[in-house]
This record gives sequence, structure tokens and C-alpha cells, in this order.
Amino acid sequence: MGTMMNDRVKRLRDESFETKPSFSAERALLSTEFYKEWEGRVSTPVLRAMNFRYLCAKKTIYIGSGELIVGERGPRPRAVSSFPELTCHSEEDLRILDSRPMTSYRVDEADIEIYRNTVIPYWRGRSMRDRAFAAIPEAWKLLYEAGAFTEFMEQRAPGHTSLDGKLYVKGLKGFRADIAQSRSALDWLGDPGALARDEELQAMDIACEGAIIFAERHAALADTMALTEGAPSRRAELARIAEVCRRVPAEAPRDFHEAIQMYWFAHLGTITELNGWDAMSPGHLDQHLGPFYARGLADGSLDRTKAKELLSCFWIKVNNTPAPPKVGVTALESGTYNDFTNINLGGLDSDGNDASNEVSYMALEILDELQLLQPQANVQLSAKTPERLLEAAGRVIRRGSGYPSLFNADELVGAMVKMGKSRVDALEGGSSGCIETGAFGKEAYLLHGYLNLPKVLELALNDGVDALSGTRIGLATGKPEDLATFEELYRAFERQLAHVVDLKIKVSNYLDRLFARDAPAPFLSVLIDDCIARGRDYYDGGARYNTDYIQCCGIGTVTDSLSAIATHVYGAATLNLKSLNAALEANWEGYEADRLRMSNKSPRFGNDDDRADDIAQRVFGTLLSTIDGRPSPRGVPGDMGTWRINILSTTCHVYFGLRTAASPDGRKAHLPISDGFSPAQGADRNGPTAVAKSLSKLDISRTGGSLLNQRFLPATLEGEGGIRNLSALVRTYFKLGGHHVQFNVVDTATLRKAQERPEDYRDLLVRVAGYSDYFVDLDRNHQEEIISRTAQEGF
Amino acid sequence: MSQGGIGCPAELRIGDSMVESGGEARVSTGVVFDLRKFSVRDGPGIRTAVFLKGCPLDCPWCHNPEGHDPGPAILKRPERCIACLSCLRACPLGIDPRLVAGTSACDACPDFGSCARACPSESLQTVGEMRDLAWVMDAIRKDRPFYDESGGGVTFTGGEPLARPGFLTALLDACRVEGIHTAIETSGFASRAVMLDIARRCDLLLYDLKTAEATRGRELTGIDYSICLDNLAAVVRARLEDKHYADIRVRIPLVPGANDSPEALGAMADFVASLAVLLPVDLLPYHGSAEGKYRLWNLNYRMAGTPEPDSAALDAAIAVFSSRGIAAGKEG
Repeated sequence: MGTMMNDRVKRLRDESFETKPSFSAERALLSTEFYKEWEGRVSTPVLRAMNFRYLCAKKTIYIGSGELIVGERGPRPRAVSSFPELTCHSEEDLRILDSRPMTSYRVDEADIEIYRNTVIPYWRGRSMRDRAFAAIPEAWKLLYEAGAFTEFMEQRAPGHTSLDGKLYVKGLKGFRADIAQSRSALDWLGDPGALARDEELQAMDIACEGAIIFAERHAALADTMALTEGAPSRRAELARIAEVCRRVPAEAPRDFHEAIQMYWFAHLGTITELNGWDAMSPGHLDQHLGPFYARGLADGSLDRTKAKELLSCFWIKVNNTPAPPKVGVTALESGTYNDFTNINLGGLDSDGNDASNEVSYMALEILDELQLLQPQANVQLSAKTPERLLEAAGRVIRRGSGYPSLFNADELVGAMVKMGKSRVDALEGGSSGCIETGAFGKEAYLLHGYLNLPKVLELALNDGVDALSGTRIGLATGKPEDLATFEELYRAFERQLAHVVDLKIKVSNYLDRLFARDAPAPFLSVLIDDCIARGRDYYDGGARYNTDYIQCCGIGTVTDSLSAIATHVYGAATLNLKSLNAALEANWEGYEADRLRMSNKSPRFGNDDDRADDIAQRVFGTLLSTIDGRPSPRGVPGDMGTWRINILSTTCHVYFGLRTAASPDGRKAHLPISDGFSPAQGADRNGPTAVAKSLSKLDISRTGGSLLNQRFLPATLEGEGGIRNLSALVRTYFKLGGHHVQFNVVDTATLRKAQERPEDYRDLLVRVAGYSDYFVDLDRNHQEEIISRTAQEGF
Repeated sequence: MSQGGIGCPAELRIGDSMVESGGEARVSTGVVFDLRKFSVRDGPGIRTAVFLKGCPLDCPWCHNPEGHDPGPAILKRPERCIACLSCLRACPLGIDPRLVAGTSACDACPDFGSCARACPSESLQTVGEMRDLAWVMDAIRKDRPFYDESGGGVTFTGGEPLARPGFLTALLDACRVEGIHTAIETSGFASRAVMLDIARRCDLLLYDLKTAEATRGRELTGIDYSICLDNLAAVVRARLEDKHYADIRVRIPLVPGANDSPEALGAMADFVASLAVLLPVDLLPYHGSAEGKYRLWNLNYRMAGTPEPDSAALDAAIAVFSSRGIAAGKEG
């Protein structure tokens, strides 16, 4: 932890860090009250907007001691709201939420009582999830239960997005003027959609009003608190808070403080309105704040210390908003409090020049000093990005938090232009959530769920039967003994994939239409072009660009599995497909030599070995031909959205692993499949340059992003030379077309695990003396020595 | 390595005959026992380190004892063995590789390494395989973009790369044609002609200096160490006169009891200062990490129990060089 934090920031940071996330029934109760009175009396968009305004007017307002940036999603810091209109927790859900060992949320008995008496009786059977599940086909449910894919929208609204710079030049009053103009231009003579547009625009106007009310309530509270505040300095701060909250979001911000508070109110509005995946992100925050910072320094109203304090206060606010918990007993798919706010730093300006500024460096310092879960930050690295910024990022990376992640700005912009976006819109785009590429402020890019590729191969090897349950969940594509050639097996894989993807997309499209019809997001729509101009909701094609993603998982595991089969079944014929299946069914029990042969004596993805990388390319091509370019139902006639892929698993590779039988690459049943775009755990044995080369053989610009994890020991990156080599490694990977990389600079705990399960840590590089070596290849004593050295470095 | 251990390869011990012989013709194959990408401590930038097998020296602190013997070898890791008998089935001689792999029993093997190739658990591993120029160049070329970005390249190490001048010459020339930066890490033990010839073909010599005193050098390394000292002086002179010769950095392993006394360090510093060009010096503090490797290979680790130099000792050693105007620092 850095020592640069002042007392205020340190205290707020520690409070945020120490406060256990809790559940609040307040939003559920207010929404239930509201719906009871209003449902059926107004149009759906207006109902949603009025509900939002009601929440803004009624929810508990919080201004903490010493805070400079104000506003919480819940009634208190770290309290998370629920959204019963989408998905209604049961009493049991809430009790489990309170008691489960991992990512639990404190739930008070009073909140459970509110649910029992008021919320559940109203929403049971009415919530979006209850209605949606009633209409979902059985074949989909079988695949879903078996872990072939997940579905984001069964519990949360379609993923939110990142904002662009318009908030910093126009207040909500300005947006209301735009809305009024759009309404006045409606073509009631010729447009059959005029009524729907009018309702949507009316809803957007109400939503703006709600957000302004919310800010004004904070101003009033600050004034009240100032009356009883003893300390003159805090009294002045409260007066300033009141002034800021009376200014934004109604009007455009005038200074650095107002600009941050402007974004924060917009952020809070979107996550109060709905519980969209990947919450909300500010986009290029350093670029947005840069001009305010420069102006403040110039006119003497701001200095770097003050600016950094304000930005730190904002950082802590984001950390105060843990992800809304899901319903369902296991919640295996979402084991994190992280709601994935991801700030873009660096990158390119609208002319395509380097956009980094002093705020970029300030943000990196804060990231390093606060060491909080949220927000994440990434550096958008272009060939034009100065080495100084990359080296500053490298020093934070080396500290071991894994952040910031690094993205290839040049690749992102090129990929977006290739997808049909204007260059200016692409330049304002970047990465949000984990690694998803989008045109900030102008695109609805929705993630619909993860796809388990090793499970699809499992179906191909078992004639469509789930090897774990024995139930047929896929197509009958041939018994293993009938798949005489690798090509026949691959064809079976392609057919299973097409079947799984068809069902997945059918249901995702259905849910997409349900949200468009029943859960529009008028406040979010105000913030995204061209919803106002089109008079359409963000969820209904209002955005300028509409994209839908399936996140493909396990490309490393499936590549290695196919490679092992090609090598040992169809190549050397050391075993046939039927006996391989017997080994897999036995979870390799009694087949250890076969397992090790498949694992150790096959080309594997991530080693710059064309024999494996060609298979990865082929699988990648199959994914593209199966998914990429399919029309999605969201858009406007003549300009419909598109289905695309990205290569990302977040934590889902662990869940998918639990649901997947032993795989031909030697992986045992229930163990994780490979993560993101990374090689399978331990498969890459030739160092980071070989990994980069393997990955760069796939044209990642045809995806919406890919995630690569790389692990290093701190000592590997030691000294200025270490930072320069890290920089050169990343710059080369990006020149080769790489999309993203993040570095885990590992701690002692991981090294201990590496000792216990060396097979999972084959790729862990450690610096030995004059060279680097793989940790698991060292003898025990030396491992111990390295662990002690690392500890001395403070890890 | 047909003798199954680090013995004393007598044919390479006779340094004097090498001194007389000139540079060798290019040879298109050699035994490579390791190839490490993302090597960041053996020369500038991101490099690939190519380990050539065989070394005439016998330094007790050697980090790569498996690189000592010139021929291919088999490493046995019994703790990984699952008793699947794949090796037995693969052995052309019909003997049990779990017991004898890598010993003289394998001298007659028509398919050396077949047992290791068949071993699924990597309990038997081939260390050192005969590779041809094209194979090594393909491997080097793979990381070309990283060399270009980082100012890196390839480092030939070992073993003693100069012990295979024919293959090394072929590799260096192939790299030069392709514009790949080359370094060699060497003791300098070679004939003068080979030393100078190689120094013209590569870009950087990482010249190991173990002592400035020839008699002590023979005690430590088992060879006529005056050859190494004289070669260093000669190659520095050559560099001074002709820029086509490689840049040179001196690398000194700081080994307690071997060369860390103030006198020994002072003598080395004086020697470096006496050279025709004032070279930079990197000090590599002794590290006991190789002991595990010796255990794996069933070799006696003569350095057991030797303390590692602390940072004060290292700083003091660096100061000995700095005080003579030499740019010295820690490496490794």
C-alpha cells in the first residue's frame, strides 16, 4: 500500500475496504409500492421512468463524514439493491446470501421480513425471470443445466456500457431540450411508430427529472448537515458539495470536482434504474477530466494534490457498489463482488494522437495506492503512447495486483472500423467490463453468456450425451467407434456447436425482446447516442451501434484435446476413440499412462507450435462461421444488430470445469477449463513470447475482445531492465495484433499451491539467478528459497 | 552423455592441442541441450538462449552441470515414474531404461532417446539432442519480433560454445545474414584463431573471468587458464584495432573461497584495467541454486555449504572495480 494517501482518503478507503457488503430491500420495497399503484395506468417506458424518478425522490440519501464525492446506490456504503421486477429473491436465497462462505452479503431480518410480506407476494410470478422461464424450451434448459452455456439476462438486465464525453459539455437540462425537440419532430402523419417513440421520449424526460431530483436532495442534505457541523473546514466542504449537486447533473460541469460528480450521478442513475451486467464505466476518464484539470491549474482553483484527492474519493465510491447478488442457491457463476467498472487510460484522441495526460498518471498512482477491488483500470496502449506511461503502468503491474490491464488501442480502433463504426466513434471507444470492445456512448454491446467449448467436444465424443449425467442433451452425431477419421470427429464437433449455438441464440433473442418490451432503460437511453434522435430505447435499437456477444470459453482446452486426439488416436493410434472415451468416463482412473501421454506428448496451444496453433485457428474459424455476423433482433430496419464472439471466461472456466467430464488433453473431470484466451493451465512451457506468438495467429480483430492472463514473479520484472522487457514484450505482442494482456505477479500463497499441484503451474516463470526458470521444474529446496526471497520483497 | 554423469571428458581437457589448431570449418549439426525464450539476463533485451552441450572446464560452481559432457544424455526423475513400462517396450536393446538409461549400457543403442520419447510421465528426459542448423535457426527466428522491439537477439551459451566452433560459426553466420543480434557467453577457452574468428562473427562477447591468475585458474577450472586470459587480452586488442570485432563485457562470478578475496578481486580489477580497452564488468554473485540439479544428476556438488555473498560483500567487490575506473555492477 502506498503512503501517499492523505488522512481523509485513507479513512474513506479503509471504511470501504472493511465494510462488509450488505443487502438492502429498500429499492425492492419502493419499486413494489410504486408498481402497485401505477402498473397498467401508463405505458411501459413511462412506468419505468416514473419508477426511477420515484426511487430518486424516495431512497435514503447518504453523505458520509469527510466525503467530497457523494451518492450511493443503496441507503449506505457497500449496500446493494435488488431488482425484483427482473428477478425476485426468495427468503431462502436471502438467508443463503447471508450465510454462504464465499462472497456473502449481510442480510438483516427486517429486510427478509419486507421480502416475505411485501416484495415476494407481489413479484412472484410477475418478475421477468419467472415469466421468461415459463416459455423457455426444454432442450435449452437441458444444455443450460449441463453447463454448456450460461445466460446473462435470466437475472440481470442486458449489459451496460461506457459513456463518452458528452456529459462534460451538456447537462441533463440540455438533454431534455434535445428530447423535446425529438418529440416535436415526431411524424404523426406517416410514422406508425410515433406513439412508441413519443412514450419512450416522454420516459427519457421523466428519467432526467429523476436524476436532477436525486442530486438536489443531496444538496439539501449537505446544507442541513452544514447547519450542525462544528468544524468550519467541513462546513465549507458541505457548502461546496451543495453547490456542486445543484449544478450537476442538471447543467454541464464547470470544474474538476463537478465533472467527477457529474459522472458519478450518471453512473448511479444507470445502476439504480437497472442491474445491467458490467454495471457502467466512465470510458476515457483521463481524457474527460484532463481539460478540467488543466483549466483548474491555470486559474489557480486546483492543484495536483486536491485533484488527486477528489479522484481518490471517486475511486472509493465505485468500490462502495458491489455487484448485485444473483438468486439461486449455488450462485457458482458469479463468485465476485466486482461489478466490473473499468476505466480507460491513455489511448488516442479524436485526431488519433496520444491522449494521455497528467490525470492518466494520477489514476495509476491511485490504483497503486488504494489497492481496491473496484474500479479496475486499463491502459489503452497505442504505438503512439509514450514509453513513460507504459513504464508507469509496468511499475504498478509489478506490485502484483494484476492491474492495470493493457489493451492494444490501435487494434481496437482498427477492429471497430472494420465492424462498420466511424473512425471518430472508434477512437472514442475502448474496453469496458473485462475486455469488451465498444464505441463508448454510442453502442449497445450486450453480453449474453459464456459458451463451454470443451463441453461441446464432450458431446461430439459421446453422440450428444452429457458424459456426467448420461442424459442426451445434444444431437446424435455418431458413436465414437463410427468416427473413423479426425475429420469425421471434427464434423461432429461442428454440428454439436451449431446445435448449442442455435438454441442459445434463440433464447437470447427472446430475452432481448422481452427486455425491449418490458424493461426499457430510459435513463441509460438519454446517455447513449442516438436513442434520443431515434426515439428508441437502448434495449430496442436506440443505440447507434448494436452488437450481441457470446463469450467463448476453453479454446485452450479444446485445442489441446483435439491435438491430443489427432496425435494419439488418429495419428500414432496408441488408443482408439472408444477406449479414450472409456478412459474419460473413468476420469482417467486406471489410465494414467494414457492421460500423461495425451497431456505431455501432444502439441499444445501456447507454445508457438503450428501443429497445435493450426487447430486453434480452425476452432476459432468454426466459432466465427457459426456465430459471427448472424443478425440480432435489436436495431432499426436496415441496420440491425449483429451477433459476434469474444474470447473471455471471467471466472466461468471454473464453473464450466465443474460441469465438464474429463477431457482428452489429460484434464480430469470437474477441474477448470482453460481461462479466456490463455493456454490451458500449465500447457505453455516456452515462456511468454511463445504464448504471444501462438495467440497472435488468430485474427482477434474479428472478435469483440480476448483475454490473456500471464503470470510472473516480481523478481522477473525487477529493475528498470525488467520494466523495459515487460514493455517490449507487450509492445511486440500488440504489433503482432494482440488485443489484451494482464499480468499476475504472484505471491507466496500461489507458490505454495504450485508446490501442491505443480501440474497446474507449469507456466509459472521464476527468476532463478542469472536466468528465469519454471518454478515447478526446480527442486523443493530451491522452491523454498525462492519463496523466502519473495517474502523479503514484501509479498 | 554416454558415461551417465559429469566425468572428465579427456578429449576436451587437452587444451593445448586446441590452441595450435585454427578455426574449424562450418559444421551443420550440434548437440543443443536447452533453448530458452524470454531470456533477459544474457545480453540486452529479450533474447533466446541456445545452450550448446560440452565444456572443457570443470568449475565446481557450474550452474549447468548437465551441459558439461558433449553428448546427448538421459535424465532420470524416478519420482515421476508411474511404472507403465512404456520405456521398456520402446528400448531397442530390451534392457530396463528405468535402471540403465544414460549409462554406458546405452552406448550401443541404435535409437538413443527412444525410451524418453516413449515415457509419458517425463520420468525419462533426453537432455541434449543432435540438432541441425535449420532447426536451431527456426527456433531462433520465432521470436524475431521480440528481438527487434527490445534490442535483443540470441545468446549462445552452454556448455562452452567455443568448444563447438564449427557449429557456432555456422549459427553466427546464419544470424548475421538475417540481421539477428548475437551474443556468446564464453570462458574464452579456445585456440587464438578460433577466439578471434568467432569474435568477428558475433556482436557481443560475454566473457567470463574467473580469476586473473593462471595457476589459480587451473586449480579452479582444470584447464590451462592462461589461454583464457591471453585470449581476452588478444580479443580486446583486436576490437580496439577493428570495429568489426564484437563488443565485450566481462562477467565475473563472485564465488566465496574461489575468487572473492580482496587480493583476488584486486588482481582481476588490475587485469581488466590493463586491457587495451576499459571494459564494463558485471558481477554475478554465487548462488547455491544449482545444487538441486546436481542431485538430479547424481553428481557431487563440491560447493555444498558455501554461503552466498551478501549485498555488502557484493558492494565491496563492485567497489574494487569502480575504484579503478571500471564500470562495474551486479548482474544476475
